[in-house]
Amino acid sequence: MSQNSIVRQTAEEVLVLRPSRGWASLNLGDLWRYRELIYFLIWRDIKVRYKQTVLGASWAIIQPFFTMVVFTIFFGGLAKMPSDNVPYPIFSYTGLLPWGLFTKALSDAGRSMITNRSMITKVYFPRLAIPLASVLSGLVDFLLAFLVLIGMIVFYHYNLALDYQAKLSPALLTLPLFLLLALVTSLGVGLWLSALNVQYRDINYIIPFLTQFWLFITPIAYPSSMIPERWRLLYALNPMAGVVEGFRWALVGVANAPGAMLAVSTTIALVILVSGLFYFRRMERTFADEI
Amino acid sequence: MSEIAIRVENLGKRYKIGLAPERYRTLRDSLARSFSAPFRRLSPASHRAAEANGAGRIWALREVSFEVKKGQVLGVIGRNGAGKSTLLKILSRVTEPTEGYAEIHGRVGSLLEVGTGFHPELTGRENIYLNGAILGMKRSEIEARFDEIVTFSEVEKFIDTPVKRYSSGMYLRLAFAVAAHLEPEILVVDEVLAVGDAEFQRKCLGKMSDVAQQGRTVLFVSHNMSAILRLTEETIVLNNGRLVLRAPTPEAVDYYLSAGYSQTGERVWTADEIPAEAEPFCPLGLRVLDARGRVVDIVRSTEPTTVEIEYLLKAPITGLRVGVYLTTTRGEHVFTSFDTDDVALYERFATRPAGHYISRFTIPADYLNEGRYVIGVNASVYRVKRYFMDEQALIFTVDPAGAPGMQWQEPRLGVARPRLDWQIEAVG
Repeated sequence: MSQNSIVRQTAEEVLVLRPSRGWASLNLGDLWRYRELIYFLIWRDIKVRYKQTVLGASWAIIQPFFTMVVFTIFFGGLAKMPSDNVPYPIFSYTGLLPWGLFTKALSDAGRSMITNRSMITKVYFPRLAIPLASVLSGLVDFLLAFLVLIGMIVFYHYNLALDYQAKLSPALLTLPLFLLLALVTSLGVGLWLSALNVQYRDINYIIPFLTQFWLFITPIAYPSSMIPERWRLLYALNPMAGVVEGFRWALVGVANAPGAMLAVSTTIALVILVSGLFYFRRMERTFADEI
Repeated sequence: MSEIAIRVENLGKRYKIGLAPERYRTLRDSLARSFSAPFRRLSPASHRAAEANGAGRIWALREVSFEVKKGQVLGVIGRNGAGKSTLLKILSRVTEPTEGYAEIHGRVGSLLEVGTGFHPELTGRENIYLNGAILGMKRSEIEARFDEIVTFSEVEKFIDTPVKRYSSGMYLRLAFAVAAHLEPEILVVDEVLAVGDAEFQRKCLGKMSDVAQQGRTVLFVSHNMSAILRLTEETIVLNNGRLVLRAPTPEAVDYYLSAGYSQTGERVWTADEIPAEAEPFCPLGLRVLDARGRVVDIVRSTEPTTVEIEYLLKAPITGLRVGVYLTTTRGEHVFTSFDTDDVALYERFATRPAGHYISRFTIPADYLNEGRYVIGVNASVYRVKRYFMDEQALIFTVDPAGAPGMQWQEPRLGVARPRLDWQIEAVG
């Protein structure tokens, strides 16, 4: 049986502190009460991120852009990777967009509890605020990188020599949903990593390896149509596969709507998020002692 | 509405020993442990048995019960490791108790440290907002008090400068200013006043007594006995995680300062009282000796008194200074002195070789007024490392028999009782 560690009765505002056992409730109401703190933490992350860097916020663009260039030369040019009839640069960049959000969330959220150790050992606030803010602060980089994509599409569209017609379809309206799915996946994995990192610093070493490995099983440099039909659903167990396919479908209208794959990816993403939330809440009570 | 602000019932907190120095486990340890778990159950001399009888665990706080009424300012005192900080951490929800429970009626603000979450790259202005939010203030509250906070901190000119360019004094003033403008119904404060210069400390104390007078409930932990005496009326004393006394503050302070110290004029440190950081410095004893070289706990004001610190150095230390703080039991400082204050000794002991030492000095006759004095010990390398510190190592009493002015039965104010060379000159 789960026993709530903190019972708040709004009428009298009595707080009872006692040892808790088992699985804690998510207590999302408390998180909502601290929404201003989440806002300030996001704002701090963004403000601080590129301070004392020469190139500042342009790093948010440089990273995906040059990865795209390298992919285009090696996978698109030399390896002649198919790209679902979309110019390879646009093809890979649409994949790199949510991928950047995801990897940044993984590394930032994964380390977030450690970097905010002094706050955790000195002040109470819902601990969920920390990884949540880390994940959300990645949205700014995402938006900056997104502007580049628009520029690329416009460039290819009007440059007739390149023979590419951008297809603006109603599918574009579904983009926010795919962005949400990317956030759900990022937060889910980020929660697991951040809570594990409090106890096991191995996570610091696992994160770079994990991101590298994950890149190969996500259709960024190659289209998921390369995967044999019967393996697709298994492939979609990687929620990022569904996210990237969804982004491509919504933005550049490749192939068909990713139906079954998307369903599998969404389910897995939700499972990771919910289990991550509960795991985090369970580990939360010893954070201040263990960190 | 009940009249109780905080009710604590049988509160206890147990830590695993080794958690702190080891800091964290690795995944491998955990995996190894879970693989060996089934086998361990088979072996009688198991880990489990050790855990059951308490080895490897330590109770930082145990069976503590008390109540704080609304509007009361309660002091909490105790030696290092007595459980004060653990108590505050539980009450401010940073950590959970292991047993018992606490009930808190009202919004709690905790101040276990000033400047929590300050980011060096952000400006003073930005840090005020960030720190305020971390301490639980709403944005509108911070905005409403922003000017007040800036004025209090005295850093107006630098408010848009990143705090990494602040001097440490400015940094602390700003940090305290934000904290001081936190207005919860219940305030839990740890040793935050022990920072900054004397002027700033006075200002902080002033702010704290304002808070106390506004009828808010305050739980105040400090090592500064004069602050405790000034701000609180009632105080609880913790020792080894247990509540040993709750009494009106003057009584509690007196009890605290005299309890736990030997009455023989000698203090000996046992192995478990010496923290690991002290290595290679190992304090052995501290003694107060009278003019004839006897160890005493009452000395005469009219005779010289010798204080000696005996210690081992297991390895040489460069720049080591061993010294004392002398304070009254009321918390007033009398002096601070180190064995290498003298330049000749400082140069001779630039690097102190490993060995067995006694550092001693003499308090001259006709120096201290009657009363009770506390000797604190410090062994450190200036600005590099503090090896050992015990702020209340030993207490002794000064008897004024024979001191100047004893023909009048009146207490003399002040810590010094010098025999001054008065002259009376009849002029006209």
